[in-house]
Amino acid sequence: MINTEKVYKKIIGIGGVIIIGLLLSIFITLFLNSLPTIKKFGFKFLINKTWDPVFENFGALPFIIGTILTSIISLIISVPFSLSLSLFIGEYYRDTFISKVFETFIEIIAVIPSVIFGLWGLFYLAPIIRSLQLKFSLPPTGVSIFTASLILSIMIIPYATSIGKEVIKLVPIDLKEAAFSFGATRYEVVKKIIFPYARSGIFAGFLLSFGRAIGETMAVTMVIGNSNFLTFNILKSGNTIASIIANEFTEAVETLHLTSLIELGLILFLITFIINFFAHFFVIKRKIIEI
Amino acid sequence: MIKKFLLSISIIWLIFTNLYAETEMTGAGATFPFPLYSKMFDEYYKTYGVKVNYQSIGSGGGIRQLKSKTVDFAGSDAFLTDEQLKEFDDEILHIPTCLGAVVITYNLDIQDLKFTPEIIADIFLGKITKWNDEKIIKVNQDKNLPNMSITVVRRSDGSGTTFVFTDYLSKVSNQWREKVGRGTSVNWPIGLGGKGNEGVSGLVRQIPGAIGYVELTYALQNNLPVGIIQNRSGKFIKPTIESITLASNVKLPEDMRISITDTENKDGYPISSFTYILVYKNLKKSNEKMTYEKAKGVADLLWWMTHQGQKYTKPLSYAPLGIQAVENAEKMLKKLHFDGKILLK
Repeated sequence: MINTEKVYKKIIGIGGVIIIGLLLSIFITLFLNSLPTIKKFGFKFLINKTWDPVFENFGALPFIIGTILTSIISLIISVPFSLSLSLFIGEYYRDTFISKVFETFIEIIAVIPSVIFGLWGLFYLAPIIRSLQLKFSLPPTGVSIFTASLILSIMIIPYATSIGKEVIKLVPIDLKEAAFSFGATRYEVVKKIIFPYARSGIFAGFLLSFGRAIGETMAVTMVIGNSNFLTFNILKSGNTIASIIANEFTEAVETLHLTSLIELGLILFLITFIINFFAHFFVIKRKIIEI
Repeated sequence: MIKKFLLSISIIWLIFTNLYAETEMTGAGATFPFPLYSKMFDEYYKTYGVKVNYQSIGSGGGIRQLKSKTVDFAGSDAFLTDEQLKEFDDEILHIPTCLGAVVITYNLDIQDLKFTPEIIADIFLGKITKWNDEKIIKVNQDKNLPNMSITVVRRSDGSGTTFVFTDYLSKVSNQWREKVGRGTSVNWPIGLGGKGNEGVSGLVRQIPGAIGYVELTYALQNNLPVGIIQNRSGKFIKPTIESITLASNVKLPEDMRISITDTENKDGYPISSFTYILVYKNLKKSNEKMTYEKAKGVADLLWWMTHQGQKYTKPLSYAPLGIQAVENAEKMLKKLHFDGKILLK
């Protein structure tokens, strides 16, 4: 007779180990394949702002900055929208017809292929940005870091919203009713009961959408302008790590060019890893304990 | 029950993969000739019943796959340098299949704008920034050039198109050669990047006063305005299928590893280039699965592509090979062998 309990436990254990092993092996593969670049440039790779495949001088700084700028700006833009949408669906109009309609539409945003966002951004959003650039007497290109951030912010709203609304729905009804019975207003209940209770979940939603923004490739590459110069002016064109890898990987023939692109992948991997790590251990955990 | 099901599935799978492995040739590489190759391979399948599977993953990827022996042939827009050839464990042949060209396209309400090599280099170096620059006016006396900023658009993805274009600029401008150089991706001094021909032309169409470069096939199929370029002999040449084939009417080396940009031919369009299929001279070296029959099939296919297959070039806006290029291809194809056994008579 097979002990189902034991088998079940084993299967789950193996599944977990495989995933961790996979993560580790991705890291090891990236690291081993980028060794030639690491040996050649060392730490300078991170602060060098030139990217020259012909004379084999590679630096990651413009792409790191571009990635961080686009994802942070898009997160900042998306937070008010996803937060209010979560409240709307999860609390104010909970389980009504109108919130079902909202939910469906938001889910549709999540399944639209990113290339469609890119096209829409290129043909609709870029002309609007162009008029903005003209006001600041910048080159009227339309494509810029800001254009990419706007597209990204729309793309990541569904992720934060769908997690946010679920955790808001999970807030115990007796807690809320107790607050109401003390004469609290709707706003006070949201502020004093729902937010503290659901904070860690809402935050996890933002993290997920931030991760999505960091890694998004297709839509970004279509509207960011792909210039490999270091810039902090968000109305100028820039580039991100994911986008330069997607752009140059297929035709990278020289060893050093290829390994530099792989090291960029390694850096992207580490950035997401570090952000998630810190978020888990310092923000999410602590806030739960506070409650 | 489940076991039986899995077993039968795996047997069916094995049968199918083995069937395909024997009749199918595989290649990978350049995206530029892909529309032509898929037409050619489709016709070849209809006529001879031989399937060719070509994956347009880019020249770099094709070369890598040929080196790691996972394909029968590779497609490449650029020929391999001596250094790159040394990385292979056996001799590689460059069989030309057709010609392509890179054209200048722009967003101005003016047709047939003329460019000298110096103007093109200066624009892409960022030295000419206005359309009514003296140098541009000088060769376009009859046109009314606006006082408008030039926005440079170039490819963001590594591509053979960029290689041909920067190869041309390196030949006509010393400063370009020293500062930027040639390659599938380069460190552009200025400009925006668009992904693919459609990305570049999309940006050019949207930004007034923009200038960019795309493949001729793409420009013709989409009716983009194209620049007329002064060649080495001083003639202004419009990019057409004929002027591109003419560009290859120069003395060609036997291994066909030649860049024909900035051609010496006086009627040739100066930014033209060959595209190649790369194969091992000893086809046995291609991969472990290579048999004599299959090697013969590859040789036959390449012969057909450089001869009968050429008639599919023009309808798809590619330029056919010139007589001398075909002769050189024939000489090379007759050297193809399978461990010493010559494949074509």
